[in-house]
Amino acid sequence: MIANYGYKDGSGEFFITIDTDRCNGCGECVPRCPASVLEMILNDYDENVAAVTDAQRRKLKYSCAPCKPVSDRPMLPCVAVCKPEAIRHSW
Amino acid sequence: MAQEFWRWKEYNWHDPNECWKNAKMLTAGVDVGSVSTEAVVMADGELCAFSSMRTGSDSPDSARKAMEWALKDTDVKLEQIRYVVGTGYGRVNVPFATRTITEIACHARGANFMYGPTVRTVLDMGGQDCKAIRCDDKGKVSAFLMNDKCAAGTGRGMEVFADLLSVPLEEIGDLSFQVEKEPPPVSSTCVVFAKTEAVGLLRKGWPKNDVLASYCSAMAHRVYTLLERLGVESDFGITGGIAKNSGVVNRLKKEMALEPLTPRYDPQIAGAVGAALFGRTLAQKEATVQ
Repeated sequence: MIANYGYKDGSGEFFITIDTDRCNGCGECVPRCPASVLEMILNDYDENVAAVTDAQRRKLKYSCAPCKPVSDRPMLPCVAVCKPEAIRHSW
Repeated sequence: MAQEFWRWKEYNWHDPNECWKNAKMLTAGVDVGSVSTEAVVMADGELCAFSSMRTGSDSPDSARKAMEWALKDTDVKLEQIRYVVGTGYGRVNVPFATRTITEIACHARGANFMYGPTVRTVLDMGGQDCKAIRCDDKGKVSAFLMNDKCAAGTGRGMEVFADLLSVPLEEIGDLSFQVEKEPPPVSSTCVVFAKTEAVGLLRKGWPKNDVLASYCSAMAHRVYTLLERLGVESDFGITGGIAKNSGVVNRLKKEMALEPLTPRYDPQIAGAVGAALFGRTLAQKEATVQ
């Protein structure tokens, strides 16, 4: 399942996409995120996968901003730590 | 008392063949949404009764009332129902539910029942948000996108417009086509801004129907951008209350150049139907474990 969490508003599209077929449930992305955006959940199909927390879904533009400097942008920590490459950002 | 134009009709329905009489297993789904609450009772995977009503300020109470109302004209008691699944915004507030499941999974499953297994793209236009869902032939979600921030493009906005223009909610769709020329869409679908803009247009002398048309097309465009982002695969079905608003549905159809499927029942109950079907699967799973 391709789960898109986030929103679209006048300033752009801010979605974190988690491919639950790739996510192996290791949970390493959760402590790696400095803004505590991610959590592990048991989804509707009883899979243990990463998801964006309820509270963060509507403010991703701001929560993720510290990891997205204008220049010299390193790989995002959540994306870098995910071995199965299940996490993507839309912006 | 002045007429309240936003008040849509609450109703209940039961199967005239009384299919619950010979049923092996009864399951139920309760969808407590931000605006409406639906309770559905199913017997061996077939629909036998449902109710659709407005969610009050007390979610557990609305869930209970909706369930009682669905069962009212049947001789089924709540205790006879094997498995109850709660879904929707207020899913944690269904006191008699065995389990809760997100509305995304339930709408996909419900759409699979309503529109048949060919449905691949589902648009749920609810009271306070809008979700685009892709699913497989079993109704399992393969991708979803939900706008988590904003209520634009949804039922509550329509209620506000019904009230503002003194038009009964159910008539908005038809009236929005009784215009000389399709007006440009309002520039914002944000309920608050759109209302301000609509008042401006009315004061400028726009006819009521033009303002409705303008809002409907803005809403259609807005949800289209969501669908576009997720990718559309046919067949396509719409669930939720707005699926009954021809003003939005027909404009969306034009923009997508794709004909939405015709539902077997009221598309507003799709979420609750999906929940009841999940209940059936979960109960069967439980039975095999024991």
